[in-house]
Amino acid sequence: MMRGDDDAIISLVARTVSPFIMIFALYVIFHGHYSPGGGFQGGTMLAAALILVRLAAGNDLAQLQFPRSWGTPLGSAGVLIYWGTGFVAMMGGGRFLDYAFLPLAGAAPQRRSLGILFIEIGVGLAVCGILTAIYDDLLEGRPHD
Amino acid sequence: MHWELEITLFFFLIVTALVALESRNLLTAVVSLSVFSFLSALLYAAMGAVDVGFTEAVVGGGVSGVLFVVTIFKTSRKSKD
Repeated sequence: MMRGDDDAIISLVARTVSPFIMIFALYVIFHGHYSPGGGFQGGTMLAAALILVRLAAGNDLAQLQFPRSWGTPLGSAGVLIYWGTGFVAMMGGGRFLDYAFLPLAGAAPQRRSLGILFIEIGVGLAVCGILTAIYDDLLEGRPHD
Repeated sequence: MHWELEITLFFFLIVTALVALESRNLLTAVVSLSVFSFLSALLYAAMGAVDVGFTEAVVGGGVSGVLFVVTIFKTSRKSKD
Protein backbone atom coordinates (compact mmCIF):
# COMPACT_ATOMS: atom_id res chain seq x y z
CA MET A 1 0.00 0.00 0.00
CA MET A 2 2.62 2.50 1.04
CA ARG A 3 5.97 0.93 0.21
CA GLY A 4 6.09 -1.28 -2.85
CA ASP A 5 7.87 -4.35 -1.53
CA ASP A 6 6.73 -7.10 -3.86
CA ASP A 7 6.03 -10.17 -1.76
CA ALA A 8 5.27 -13.17 -3.98
CA ILE A 9 3.14 -15.00 -1.42
CA ILE A 10 0.91 -12.05 -0.57
CA SER A 11 0.49 -11.09 -4.20
CA LEU A 12 -0.30 -14.68 -5.26
CA VAL A 13 -2.79 -15.25 -2.43
CA ALA A 14 -4.58 -11.96 -3.09
CA ARG A 15 -4.74 -12.60 -6.83
CA THR A 16 -6.11 -16.10 -6.22
CA VAL A 17 -8.64 -15.24 -3.53
CA SER A 18 -10.04 -12.02 -5.00
CA PRO A 19 -12.02 -13.61 -7.91
CA PHE A 20 -13.62 -16.09 -5.52
CA ILE A 21 -14.71 -13.25 -3.24
CA MET A 22 -16.21 -11.55 -6.30
CA ILE A 23 -18.09 -14.70 -7.33
CA PHE A 24 -19.47 -15.08 -3.81
CA ALA A 25 -20.42 -11.40 -3.78
CA LEU A 26 -22.35 -11.85 -7.03
CA TYR A 27 -24.07 -14.88 -5.52
CA VAL A 28 -25.02 -12.82 -2.47
CA ILE A 29 -26.42 -10.04 -4.67
CA PHE A 30 -28.38 -12.29 -7.03
CA HIS A 31 -29.64 -14.66 -4.33
CA GLY A 32 -30.40 -11.92 -1.86
CA HIS A 33 -34.17 -12.21 -1.89
CA TYR A 34 -34.16 -15.92 -1.08
CA SER A 35 -31.45 -16.05 1.58
CA PRO A 36 -29.59 -13.66 3.91
CA GLY A 37 -27.68 -11.08 1.97
CA GLY A 38 -28.56 -8.53 -0.63
CA GLY A 39 -27.26 -5.54 -2.46
CA PHE A 40 -25.45 -3.86 0.41
CA GLN A 41 -23.60 -6.95 1.63
CA GLY A 42 -22.72 -8.09 -1.89
CA GLY A 43 -21.53 -4.64 -2.89
CA THR A 44 -19.37 -4.42 0.21
CA MET A 45 -17.83 -7.80 -0.61
CA LEU A 46 -17.15 -6.66 -4.18
CA ALA A 47 -15.43 -3.57 -2.79
CA ALA A 48 -13.49 -5.77 -0.35
CA ALA A 49 -12.20 -7.89 -3.26
CA LEU A 50 -11.10 -4.76 -5.12
CA ILE A 51 -9.47 -3.30 -1.98
CA LEU A 52 -7.67 -6.60 -1.32
CA VAL A 53 -5.96 -6.39 -4.71
CA ARG A 54 -5.16 -2.74 -4.03
CA LEU A 55 -3.55 -3.62 -0.70
CA ALA A 56 -1.53 -6.52 -2.08
CA ALA A 57 -0.45 -5.44 -5.54
CA GLY A 58 0.03 -1.75 -4.84
CA ASN A 59 -2.15 1.13 -5.84
CA ASP A 60 -0.54 1.74 -9.21
CA LEU A 61 -0.85 -1.83 -10.45
CA ALA A 62 -4.43 -2.12 -9.19
CA GLN A 63 -5.41 0.81 -11.40
CA LEU A 64 -5.34 -1.65 -14.29
CA GLN A 65 -8.14 -3.63 -12.64
CA PHE A 66 -10.35 -0.82 -11.43
CA PRO A 67 -9.17 2.73 -12.21
CA ARG A 68 -9.50 5.41 -9.57
CA SER A 69 -11.76 7.51 -11.75
CA TRP A 70 -14.42 4.79 -11.98
CA GLY A 71 -15.50 4.91 -8.35
CA THR A 72 -17.83 7.89 -8.35
CA PRO A 73 -19.36 7.18 -11.82
CA LEU A 74 -20.09 3.58 -10.77
CA GLY A 75 -21.76 4.79 -7.58
CA SER A 76 -23.82 7.29 -9.56
CA ALA A 77 -24.79 4.57 -12.05
CA GLY A 78 -26.00 2.37 -9.21
CA VAL A 79 -28.14 5.16 -7.79
CA LEU A 80 -29.46 5.82 -11.30
CA ILE A 81 -30.43 2.13 -11.71
CA TYR A 82 -32.32 2.27 -8.40
CA TRP A 83 -34.07 5.51 -9.26
CA GLY A 84 -34.73 4.40 -12.85
CA THR A 85 -36.46 1.21 -11.73
CA GLY A 86 -38.73 3.17 -9.46
CA PHE A 87 -39.36 5.81 -12.12
CA VAL A 88 -40.19 3.26 -14.83
CA ALA A 89 -42.66 1.65 -12.43
CA MET A 90 -44.17 5.09 -11.84
CA MET A 91 -44.41 5.68 -15.60
CA GLY A 92 -46.16 2.32 -15.90
CA GLY A 93 -49.04 3.61 -13.81
CA GLY A 94 -48.11 2.57 -10.28
CA ARG A 95 -46.41 4.29 -7.40
CA PHE A 96 -42.66 4.79 -7.07
CA LEU A 97 -40.94 1.37 -6.81
CA ASP A 98 -44.21 -0.49 -7.33
CA TYR A 99 -42.63 -3.44 -9.08
CA ALA A 100 -45.89 -4.92 -10.38
CA PHE A 101 -46.16 -2.06 -12.88
CA LEU A 102 -42.76 -2.63 -14.49
CA PRO A 103 -43.00 -3.26 -18.25
CA LEU A 104 -41.67 -6.82 -18.06
CA ALA A 105 -42.97 -10.19 -19.23
CA GLY A 106 -44.58 -12.63 -16.83
CA ALA A 107 -47.13 -12.51 -14.06
CA ALA A 108 -47.10 -9.92 -11.28
CA PRO A 109 -45.09 -12.02 -8.75
CA GLN A 110 -42.37 -12.63 -11.35
CA ARG A 111 -42.28 -8.93 -12.20
CA ARG A 112 -41.93 -8.09 -8.51
CA SER A 113 -39.06 -10.59 -8.16
CA LEU A 114 -37.25 -9.11 -11.17
CA GLY A 115 -37.82 -5.59 -9.89
CA ILE A 116 -36.26 -6.45 -6.54
CA LEU A 117 -33.31 -7.96 -8.45
CA PHE A 118 -32.81 -4.67 -10.35
CA ILE A 119 -32.87 -2.76 -7.06
CA GLU A 120 -30.31 -5.12 -5.55
CA ILE A 121 -28.00 -4.73 -8.55
CA GLY A 122 -28.24 -0.94 -8.29
CA VAL A 123 -27.50 -0.92 -4.58
CA GLY A 124 -24.59 -3.35 -5.04
CA LEU A 125 -22.95 -1.27 -7.78
CA ALA A 126 -23.39 1.94 -5.79
CA VAL A 127 -21.92 0.50 -2.58
CA CYS A 128 -19.00 -1.12 -4.43
CA GLY A 129 -18.09 2.05 -6.30
CA ILE A 130 -18.42 4.37 -3.31
CA LEU A 131 -16.44 2.16 -0.90
CA THR A 132 -13.61 1.82 -3.41
CA ALA A 133 -13.71 5.59 -3.95
CA ILE A 134 -13.51 6.17 -0.18
CA TYR A 135 -10.41 3.94 0.00
CA ASP A 136 -8.79 5.72 -2.94
CA ASP A 137 -9.55 9.14 -1.52
CA LEU A 138 -8.12 8.22 1.88
CA LEU A 139 -4.93 7.04 0.23
CA GLU A 140 -4.76 9.97 -2.15
CA GLY A 141 -5.36 12.62 0.48
CA ARG A 142 -7.32 14.95 -1.75
CA PRO A 143 -10.92 15.05 -2.94
CA HIS A 144 -12.21 12.86 -5.72
CA ASP A 145 -13.00 14.47 -9.04
CA MET B 1 -31.11 -20.61 23.18
CA HIS B 2 -27.36 -21.35 23.42
CA TRP B 3 -26.78 -19.31 26.54
CA GLU B 4 -23.27 -20.73 27.20
CA LEU B 5 -22.16 -19.62 23.73
CA GLU B 6 -23.73 -16.20 24.19
CA ILE B 7 -22.13 -15.69 27.62
CA THR B 8 -18.70 -16.60 26.18
CA LEU B 9 -19.18 -14.26 23.23
CA PHE B 10 -20.32 -11.43 25.51
CA PHE B 11 -17.26 -11.91 27.73
CA PHE B 12 -14.82 -11.68 24.82
CA LEU B 13 -16.86 -8.80 23.37
CA ILE B 14 -16.32 -6.75 26.55
CA VAL B 15 -12.63 -7.70 26.67
CA THR B 16 -11.99 -6.60 23.08
CA ALA B 17 -13.96 -3.38 23.62
CA LEU B 18 -11.86 -2.53 26.70
CA VAL B 19 -8.64 -3.32 24.83
CA ALA B 20 -9.73 -1.09 21.95
CA LEU B 21 -10.53 1.72 24.37
CA GLU B 22 -7.45 1.56 26.57
CA SER B 23 -4.74 0.70 24.05
CA ARG B 24 -2.08 3.35 23.36
CA ASN B 25 -1.12 1.77 20.06
CA LEU B 26 -3.81 2.68 17.56
CA LEU B 27 -3.07 -0.31 15.32
CA THR B 28 -3.79 -2.60 18.28
CA ALA B 29 -7.02 -0.71 18.87
CA VAL B 30 -8.09 -1.14 15.24
CA VAL B 31 -7.37 -4.88 15.22
CA SER B 32 -9.22 -5.23 18.51
CA LEU B 33 -12.15 -3.31 17.07
CA SER B 34 -12.25 -5.69 14.09
CA VAL B 35 -12.34 -8.63 16.49
CA PHE B 36 -15.15 -6.83 18.34
CA SER B 37 -17.14 -6.52 15.11
CA PHE B 38 -16.60 -10.14 14.23
CA LEU B 39 -17.64 -11.32 17.69
CA SER B 40 -20.77 -9.22 17.58
CA ALA B 41 -21.51 -10.69 14.14
CA LEU B 42 -21.25 -14.16 15.66
CA LEU B 43 -23.55 -13.00 18.45
CA TYR B 44 -26.15 -11.73 15.97
CA ALA B 45 -25.96 -15.02 14.10
CA ALA B 46 -26.34 -16.98 17.35
CA MET B 47 -29.42 -14.92 18.21
CA GLY B 48 -30.96 -15.72 14.83
CA ALA B 49 -30.46 -12.39 13.01
CA VAL B 50 -28.34 -13.83 10.22
CA ASP B 51 -28.79 -10.87 7.88
CA VAL B 52 -27.65 -8.35 10.49
CA GLY B 53 -24.71 -10.57 11.39
CA PHE B 54 -23.72 -10.87 7.75
CA THR B 55 -23.72 -7.11 7.33
CA GLU B 56 -21.74 -6.63 10.54
CA ALA B 57 -19.13 -9.22 9.50
CA VAL B 58 -18.68 -7.78 6.01
CA VAL B 59 -18.64 -4.09 6.94
CA GLY B 60 -17.18 -4.12 10.44
CA GLY B 61 -14.72 -6.96 10.07
CA GLY B 62 -13.80 -6.37 6.45
CA VAL B 63 -13.88 -2.89 5.04
CA SER B 64 -13.89 -0.52 8.01
CA GLY B 65 -10.76 -2.14 9.46
CA VAL B 66 -8.91 -1.48 6.21
CA LEU B 67 -10.14 2.11 6.16
CA PHE B 68 -8.98 2.65 9.77
CA VAL B 69 -5.56 1.18 8.98
CA VAL B 70 -5.17 3.46 5.97
CA THR B 71 -6.09 6.44 8.16
CA ILE B 72 -3.49 5.40 10.76
CA PHE B 73 -0.79 5.15 8.08
CA LYS B 74 -1.72 8.62 6.88
CA THR B 75 -1.63 10.13 10.39
CA SER B 76 0.19 8.87 13.47
CA ARG B 77 0.60 5.49 15.05
CA LYS B 78 0.42 6.46 18.74
CA SER B 79 -2.43 7.95 20.69
CA LYS B 80 -1.72 11.43 22.05
CA ASP B 81 -4.14 11.62 24.96
